[in-house]
Amino acid sequence: MKALVAVKRVVDYNVKVRVKADHTGVETANVKMSMNPFDEIAIEEALRLREAGTVEEVIVVSAGIQQCQETIRTALAMGADRGVLVLTDAELQPLAVAKLLKAVIQKEGPEIVIIGKQAIDDDCNQTGQMLAALLGWPQATFASKLTISDGSAEVTREVDGGLETVKLKMPAVVTTDLRLNEPRYASLPNIMKAKKKPIDTVTPDDLGVDVAPRLVTLKVEEPVKRQGGVKVGSVEELVSKLKTEARVI
Amino acid sequence: MTVLVVAEHDNKAVKPATLNAVAAASEISQAGGGDIHILVAGQDCRTAADAAAKIAGVAKVLIADDAAYGHGLAENVAPLLVSLAPHYSHLLAPATTQGKNLMPRVAALLDVMQVSDISAIVSTDTFVRPIYAGNALATVQSKDAIKIITVRGTAFPPGEAEGGSAAVEAVSGPGSAGLSEFVKAELSKSERPELTSARVIVSGGRGMQSGDNFHLLEAVADKLGAAVGASRAAVDAGFVPNDYQVGQTGKIVAPELYIAVGISGAIQHLAGMKDSKVIVAINKDEEAPIFQIADYGLVGDLFKILPELDAELAKRQQ
Repeated sequence: MKALVAVKRVVDYNVKVRVKADHTGVETANVKMSMNPFDEIAIEEALRLREAGTVEEVIVVSAGIQQCQETIRTALAMGADRGVLVLTDAELQPLAVAKLLKAVIQKEGPEIVIIGKQAIDDDCNQTGQMLAALLGWPQATFASKLTISDGSAEVTREVDGGLETVKLKMPAVVTTDLRLNEPRYASLPNIMKAKKKPIDTVTPDDLGVDVAPRLVTLKVEEPVKRQGGVKVGSVEELVSKLKTEARVI
Repeated sequence: MTVLVVAEHDNKAVKPATLNAVAAASEISQAGGGDIHILVAGQDCRTAADAAAKIAGVAKVLIADDAAYGHGLAENVAPLLVSLAPHYSHLLAPATTQGKNLMPRVAALLDVMQVSDISAIVSTDTFVRPIYAGNALATVQSKDAIKIITVRGTAFPPGEAEGGSAAVEAVSGPGSAGLSEFVKAELSKSERPELTSARVIVSGGRGMQSGDNFHLLEAVADKLGAAVGASRAAVDAGFVPNDYQVGQTGKIVAPELYIAVGISGAIQHLAGMKDSKVIVAINKDEEAPIFQIADYGLVGDLFKILPELDAELAKRQQ
């Protein structure tokens, strides 16, 4: 069985983002870019399935500009087998990404697709569910445990209020939550090895996918900053202020 | 134009997040002029549908009662929504794990780009949504014929649960897609309010040092009728289960009072609670970033402060 993992190049999670002066977006020039953290978890899970003998090959896909190849290389350095870059300068929204991934999946024939539950830039939380819909496959979002056996995947999901377990008929799409696993670091020898691993490049046109955006971003602004308040000296003062000044208790 | 809100419910009662989504739907229908309908898809969900019919401002409740919808599996519920979609201009759901799981599947089947987690409504096709964990706000316009939207509950004060008398109409969909099945749910049992609808939240961080110490927080929470939350650090350390987590990747909350105890204030945590009306920080490190956004800060040892706070609240309740 093949596993396919999709990864996104995003502003590194440690970077404090700044809104551009012309309000068209956030500053991404000269900013550290990394793999979306949830996608690292997706790669790790696919690698563990391969190490357990459930999966023979881990294919990693990314869509976007040429630099997304670096994100694919990171996944290859972690241990993925080969990459596919869907190269485009166009703005890609989740529906378009889902369509691109569907086209790649129809060529590659994986039985399990694992992707991050959301990207930490647009925070959309859509691509996995959309991909599952377009393929007509079942989905398990926000996975914290994944077990594959006898043509089905049993997935524990992190839901409001606790955990839920579902059983999916394979092939299936799984999106990762934080507690699914702890991603490994790429070792230096593996980083060197990754340079020799193959990455195919295709374009949306090759795949016959129209990626035109459906949402137009009219402006991007900074949220209203919250001002710090006062320090209080004692518990008694705190309770008294909450009662008489803030009137919340 | 008519707006359909997908109710969040447990077949018996309608969850509070539904009321926030109805509030957003009201704003849209006021901007465009149209009715609000609610879909209750479930199994033996008549009680929930009757409750939904009482929500103020709702014109009609659609009930889809079928074993296939009992656990809200997206594979089964999405085709039902697709079959209803031609009658509506907007499909809304709360941005809960249920709504986030379901709505993108519906959107893709309709070839529509969803607008996720909206925090404000500009017009019937233009919405504000937080990006980069709330560090920026994007105003986006949807070009699709039907708008599919999830609603950030904390951004819309809940509508009234009582006062309406909508008609309840049965609808049916394709039923089970045969792709997935529900196995089990392990839901945390608690007498306290749910995090996302609590008026007061008391949260603990790494500074709590252990899960056992959370009883100190719980004592204070019970005096205040509060929910108990946690930072990701406390969840990752195994102090409390994951559904306690407040933050970018956990729950987004905006109570009237948020008390952060032993929480330093990582960006990821602040993203989940910075819209709270009043924030109190209790931390022994006076340089902790949480103090920069707290209305009231108290520097000191939480193991001394929490029992004092508990006693002080008890004294005032007498």
